[in-house]
Amino acid sequence: MEVIARGAEAVLYLSDGVVVKHRIRKSYRSPELDEMLRTTRTKREARLLALAKRAGVPAPVVLDVDLEEKKLCMSFIRGEKLSRLVDGMEEEELVRVFTLAGELAGRLHRSGIIHGDLTTANMLLSGKRLHLIDFGLGEVSRSLEAAGTDLLVFRKCVRSTHFNHEELIMDSFLSGYRRSFEQAEQTIERMLGIERRGRYFEHRG
Amino acid sequence: MGSRAKQDAEFLCMGIEGTAEKLGVGIVSDSGEILVNRVKHMKLAEGIHPSEAAQHHAAHLPSLVRQALEEAGLEMRELSLIAFSRGPGLGPCLRVAAVAARTLALKHRLPLLGVNHCVAHIEIGRLTTGAEDPLTVYVSGGNTQVTAFAKGRYRVFGETIDIALGNCIDQFARELGLGMPGGPAVEKLAKKGSYLPLPYVVKGMDLSYSGLLTAALRLAEKESLADVCFSLQETAFAMLVEVAERALVQAEKREVLLAGGVGVNVRLQEMLGEMCSEQGAELLVPPAEVLGDNGAMIAWLGVLSYLAGARQRLEETQVRQRWRTDEVDVLWR
Repeated sequence: MEVIARGAEAVLYLSDGVVVKHRIRKSYRSPELDEMLRTTRTKREARLLALAKRAGVPAPVVLDVDLEEKKLCMSFIRGEKLSRLVDGMEEEELVRVFTLAGELAGRLHRSGIIHGDLTTANMLLSGKRLHLIDFGLGEVSRSLEAAGTDLLVFRKCVRSTHFNHEELIMDSFLSGYRRSFEQAEQTIERMLGIERRGRYFEHRG
Repeated sequence: MGSRAKQDAEFLCMGIEGTAEKLGVGIVSDSGEILVNRVKHMKLAEGIHPSEAAQHHAAHLPSLVRQALEEAGLEMRELSLIAFSRGPGLGPCLRVAAVAARTLALKHRLPLLGVNHCVAHIEIGRLTTGAEDPLTVYVSGGNTQVTAFAKGRYRVFGETIDIALGNCIDQFARELGLGMPGGPAVEKLAKKGSYLPLPYVVKGMDLSYSGLLTAALRLAEKESLADVCFSLQETAFAMLVEVAERALVQAEKREVLLAGGVGVNVRLQEMLGEMCSEQGAELLVPPAEVLGDNGAMIAWLGVLSYLAGARQRLEETQVRQRWRTDEVDVLWR
């Protein structure tokens, strides 16, 4: 068994060509809360990965779920996190990849799937293909608010980690999003609305 | 702290803090020595009424400035700079601090700088703990933010999308008549409680506390207060620590700096400490006097900004109620 990634909430290892995602116990939180979070997220991730695939979004295939152990077995995708590639990308490549990312987000929302943590760290680039991973914070919802929040999460990720290319990335992403989701305009409008309601939004004349 | 003669060529800054219910005046030198740090707490029976807080600040600022100078053994003319908290915060309060600072600067012909309150918390934390390049977890009655430095700015990794963590706990305590500020009362009651489920809302790296507050209040109608206090704290803090942990991994930092008044909570420190040790990071907690809002942090950020070349004309010092942390150019790093 080879550990391939150690994230904040889970350890991923490769076992016989299969990825095992193990949501580990967090000693800082009370045991009941810890148990509840790890169970729901494992369950949710399995369900949403299957739905995402059906919605035409490349994602790992779920092979097994162990709710006792909080383990999810899925197919292995050889690729690199998009977050690590952005800085080395040419403008053309950025446009292509983020248009695609936006298109995938649109496909999710079109099918009522909210990713919940739509960041570049949860997008795997494998050749020309982009895969979405880490659905543990997601939900099934058709509400404008949920989809708008999903978009805002992405925008904030771009702002905090890819600030050098903020505009190019957002423009590309939203153009892809518009292409695949007929309610894109309203959702983008809602995203801006949620941002304006926020604690730290500065109104400027 | 205390009275001592001004040394030659020493750069001294007076900082005025007044973004919310606390009023602070501090004096800090360019070497980072805090000569004085006076804070006047407004007595709160309930929540903050911005206009009442502003009146409180206006009434007490002159004497607080006098006391600070006296304690430091200084006169106004020995100062080199006046700094004040320009935002984010409550409009009426911000304006009182701004007017006072402008008046002092004009009267004594001193340069004036309006600085960002959230950035001031980060910098006083770095000064007093020796943190070099931390992920900062800033939690207070009015703010909840997780930030880290990258390319000239403090980038926001996560923040509240509605109310601040401190506000959530304070409002809970107030509705149940536990007194203000509510943090200490809830913390004490929580020690004897056990866990009941409450909504846990994390959106990406952002936090939402308004639904948690509503649910906790509803739960308090039928469950024991100790249990609800315990569960409120456990849920609210776990959300914050989770976001901090993910930000720590993503930003690849080795230190976590705690800032803001909620930071005195022992349970929160314990939870952050455990997360840090699991991640091989170090938790740094500033002394209580500079954890909550205070004037010294404003003075210190004034020193840093001014010596790095920041200048403002009087007409450029208008207050900014929702000034974002990631809009400040960090010239001194």
